[in-house]
Amino acid sequence: MAAFTQQAAELTPAGLNWLADFNQRGRERWKVTPFPTRKTENWKYTSLQALADGSYLRWPQAKGAELSEQVDAIEGLDACALIFVNGVFAESLSCNNLPESVEVVRFSQANESQQQAILAKLGSIADSEKHLFAALNDSWLQEGVYLHVAKNAHVKQPIYIHHITTPEAENFAVNQRLLVHVESSAEATVVEHFSSTEEAQNCFTNAITELQLDANARLTHYHLHLEEENTLHIGGVHVNLERDATLNSFMMSLGANLQRTDVVVNHRGEGAHCGLNGIYLPNHKHTVDFHTCIEHAVPNCTTHEVFRGIIGDHGKAVFNGRIHIHQDAQKTVADLSNKNLLTSHNAEVDTKPELEIYADDVKCSHGATIAQLEEKALYYLQSRGVDRERAEIMLSFGFINELLEQLAHVPVRDYLTPLVSELFEKKFDRARASA
Amino acid sequence: MLSIKDLRANVGDKEILKGLSLEVKAGEVHAIMGPNGSGKSTLGHVLAGRENYEATAGSVDFDGKNLLDMDIEERSREGLFLAFQYPVEIPGVSNMEFLKTAVDAVREHRGMEPIDSVQFMKLAREKCKAVNLDDQFLKRGVNEGFSGGEKKRNELMQMMLLEPKLCIMDETDSGLDIDALQVVAEGVNAMRSEDRAIVLVTHYQRLLDYIKPDFVHVLSGGKIIKSGDRSLALELEEKGYGWITKEVA
Ligand SMILES: Nc1ncnc2c1ncn2[C@@H]1O[C@H](COP(=O)(O)OP(=O)(O)OP(=O)(O)O)[C@@H](O)[C@H]1O
Ligand SMILES: [Mg+2]
Repeated sequence: MAAFTQQAAELTPAGLNWLADFNQRGRERWKVTPFPTRKTENWKYTSLQALADGSYLRWPQAKGAELSEQVDAIEGLDACALIFVNGVFAESLSCNNLPESVEVVRFSQANESQQQAILAKLGSIADSEKHLFAALNDSWLQEGVYLHVAKNAHVKQPIYIHHITTPEAENFAVNQRLLVHVESSAEATVVEHFSSTEEAQNCFTNAITELQLDANARLTHYHLHLEEENTLHIGGVHVNLERDATLNSFMMSLGANLQRTDVVVNHRGEGAHCGLNGIYLPNHKHTVDFHTCIEHAVPNCTTHEVFRGIIGDHGKAVFNGRIHIHQDAQKTVADLSNKNLLTSHNAEVDTKPELEIYADDVKCSHGATIAQLEEKALYYLQSRGVDRERAEIMLSFGFINELLEQLAHVPVRDYLTPLVSELFEKKFDRARASA
Repeated sequence: MLSIKDLRANVGDKEILKGLSLEVKAGEVHAIMGPNGSGKSTLGHVLAGRENYEATAGSVDFDGKNLLDMDIEERSREGLFLAFQYPVEIPGVSNMEFLKTAVDAVREHRGMEPIDSVQFMKLAREKCKAVNLDDQFLKRGVNEGFSGGEKKRNELMQMMLLEPKLCIMDETDSGLDIDALQVVAEGVNAMRSEDRAIVLVTHYQRLLDYIKPDFVHVLSGGKIIKSGDRSLALELEEKGYGWITKEVA
């Protein structure tokens, strides 16, 4: 694997001058960080073997979007959309009617003051010393999105960042970066949507999102991994919450050959709240891996985290939920629940809650369960004439429906719900076909 | 409609039904009474087809078909309905969705189109009213957090929506308050018809004041050990089960 480290370091971005130092620092860090093996704690259950041959280490050849429309768009969101195809901005598909008091700029278009603003924050939230692929992202960075919401602005219109992958003749890598700065008492919604055009895909995505929420800021955030299964995606969402800031984030992974997401939320100011929900649905031979880490560094913050997964076929899920309550973080209220449903004998889940508490006056709860579809419930449904497959779909859906119903944006919910149903239906069509 | 002959059945490895026979004709109402643990619920589950409830001998004929050959869902679609003694909670699946899926499954079996959603809403609300449940219950998860009595009324509501030929009601009267008991009794009476049969499993003669059965049976030790008319229930109320078990032995 040392070979991969070396080759990846040699892959350099076309480059923006003002980012050159940043790239260089990332490269240095990447080079000195040992590549994970099965013995590396954070990568114990997830193999990076798919990357090993280095075949993904090339940039996409096509220079722009060949798409004539935004595929798989979330309808009815009434959002300001920025669309990227294989990492390249698709101007013709994107919107430009920005809400007032919001600044959205691509790194390649940033003027000098914007460059300064970006450099002031970039890499300060995602710790590339702890996150190897953040270091790689730093080193590869050429294009990204900077979103800035001015003080007190209440932006109703969601900012929708849609990354679409399309297949190329040869495997390739895409580096994505999003930097969001919500200033004090401002409110915004960001939707990150990853999808692909068709079944055949050969893209490795390395994506880092950094969210800075100043005092009393509120952000609703969606992070939707809806790519086709032949994609590899390693990503991180890193958040700083200042005093009384509120983050509500929802993450979804439909499953792919590799989907790894590291989520880090830093409670840095008193009174901050983090709501973090997620759903993962690997089947086939997918691997979905969520590593979440909530750092309670200051008193009086709250965290409410719920992840649910349904793992079918030969699918595999890894969930590592860490809550770290520092010595000063008195009066912390934090709970984490992770429930898993295995719908096949070959499915696998490795769930590990990690609660580390160094303060004495806190309320914390932490639970992980692994279950199978309940025979009694299936029987009850069947006894009302519902056939077994349909009953299994209903129960699976019921297992995660609660989280979908909680979504603040109805169009997102209406978009995801049929997608999930379809996924379950497909699975059972296959089951029926092979029966 | 239902003809059970010498039925023996195991729950897991344990034999619970030990040669049970029962004839139920269309239009009739039968009451089955019997001590705790005698096999009343087991009979219901064997008829409904629950996994691990295995018939080992005897036969069950349902309207000319071998019931024991059918899948659980098929039995239901053919018109058998078991109101559970302990209805199952299914969080996340809305009662409404569940009921519509069930109704459509039965309709499909009868060669009918799925029911129109608006029409179904109307129908479901109507049935809610009939069992005195607020229609908010339609939006909640199936039986999720329902009180004991609410669960029983929800069972009855399902029965009304599915319009089965054979209704087996396992202690639907247990845990009901006095008013609810009356509501349930009225609901069941309204469903009595010439082409439908009803089997009530109950511990209380009181229910039989409201729903007058044509036959009363005593199930004990996995068999029907005595059958009679309504007066048998009164006698049981007075004397308990001891005298019959002695009589049989
Ligand atoms: N899974 C099981 N394994 C072993 N025995 C079982 C199992 N399920 C039920 N039984 C036993 O079967 C017997 C009959 O149970 P059943 O529920 O049919 O009784 P019942 O007549 O309905 O009683 P009640 O009036 O209390 O509802 C009981 O002794 C019960 O313990
Ligand atoms: Mg019983």
